[in-house]
Amino acid sequence: MKWDVSSMDSWKAADFPRGAVIPEAGNSQYYRTGGWRSDRPIRDAETCTNCLICWIMCPDSAIRTADEKLADDTFDLEHCKGCGICANECPVEAITMVPEGCELPEVK
Amino acid sequence: MPEQKTVATTGNLVVAEAMRQCAPDVVAAYPITPQTTIVEEFAKFVAQGRVHTEYVTVESEHSAMSACVGASAAGARVMTATSSQGLALMWEELHIASGMRLPIVMANANRALSAPINIHCDHGDIMGARDSGWITLFAETAQEAYDNTIIALKVAEDPDVLLPAMSCLDGFITTHSIDRIDLFDDQTVLDFVGQYVPSNALLDVENPVTHGAFAGLGGPYFEFKRSQRQAMDRAAGVIDRVGADFAKLSGRPFAPIEVDFMDDAEVVVISIGSTAGNVRHVAKELRAQGIKAGAVKVRCFRPFPFAALAAILKGVKAVAVLDRAESFGAEGGPLFLEIRSALYDLETRVPVVDYIYGLGGSDVKLELIRQVFDDLSDIASGAMAPTGLVYLGAR
Repeated sequence: MKWDVSSMDSWKAADFPRGAVIPEAGNSQYYRTGGWRSDRPIRDAETCTNCLICWIMCPDSAIRTADEKLADDTFDLEHCKGCGICANECPVEAITMVPEGCELPEVK
Repeated sequence: MPEQKTVATTGNLVVAEAMRQCAPDVVAAYPITPQTTIVEEFAKFVAQGRVHTEYVTVESEHSAMSACVGASAAGARVMTATSSQGLALMWEELHIASGMRLPIVMANANRALSAPINIHCDHGDIMGARDSGWITLFAETAQEAYDNTIIALKVAEDPDVLLPAMSCLDGFITTHSIDRIDLFDDQTVLDFVGQYVPSNALLDVENPVTHGAFAGLGGPYFEFKRSQRQAMDRAAGVIDRVGADFAKLSGRPFAPIEVDFMDDAEVVVISIGSTAGNVRHVAKELRAQGIKAGAVKVRCFRPFPFAALAAILKGVKAVAVLDRAESFGAEGGPLFLEIRSALYDLETRVPVVDYIYGLGGSDVKLELIRQVFDDLSDIASGAMAPTGLVYLGAR
């Protein structure tokens, strides 16, 4: 990570890049959006056919794969916003959305 | 000093000429009276191959300024022009241009806002956008419109500034009247403004950046606004420096405020734009009669030259501010509010009277200016108390 934002909370006005520019690409992964989620996706591995439609449709690239199948640790919950598109698109209804509990990932 | 060519033409045509000489990469524009001949003339330059600009014809001013914002973020030198309702339609993008720190330069032909519908000069359009974060210069004459457009670009693109800038000229009075103007050759202008070296350009694919990111949810929006304020404060110094360089090159003085007969003036009228000529003329007449009249013209409205105004007005007996725009419900017009604030810190209070005049192109006859000076003389001699807001010449 070439742009170090670890101390951004203490930056003064002059420390921020001019015009609110983000001066590097590909750093949205450091912005954790999991805390926005109210419903969490759960996959039933026995029903799932590994068609990967959920992986294609996920707007946050929050679905993990391994060896061209869904990974056991399927959902990247640090970035999944709980939009439910995966559950809606699944042709065999292998994904269900369940309400989140109180243990939410840290909001950044 | 480079040789200049004297021509007789209109304010709009020399603004188009200044734009061509600044060689913008992109112009995105939409025509509106009385700005139309600027973009029409510029389109002709593009068609003739006299300038190598990507000329984007759009379906509205909202789109014009949006395209300018996109082009400037991409790294282009960008210029455009508008007026009145067009400026109003650009309103949200004006703030986006300044917030993104994009040095777009726009000419604005000052025209009244509807309703009732009107196409003639007043400053209601730009004064409505005075808090949009644009550096704002006003021209008295077509010559100044030409000069201001070049100066605005040089200031806007300065690495210490990087803010959009507007070059305002009075609708019809300055945009369409034939005037005597001295023009530089193309190379002189190009050398003066220099080559624009963008930073954070979207087309710099080796160094990808994101423009227009979110800064809410407790994010640093507040700090970004502070940076903008600091850039506008720095612009004051850059305007002085660029103005001095321009004066050396052209032989024409440039300052944020321009003064006449102010050495020992007792009664002073302050104005913006083309009316400054009338004020100067009447002040000269009064001087011949032994009245210590002075004239002040505000050429740079943003950043506002508070300190210079306070210094020049210190010790005068009465001041009149001519406002060609309303701020309904405020104590006076936009210029009055600035001037009275600039004078607040003086030890001796100077009486200031506000005159709203010339709205919708209402004629500004010399008799009206004489009436203002007469009022000031009465106030200065104690014969009359300072009045509240006056609608000068309105029935």
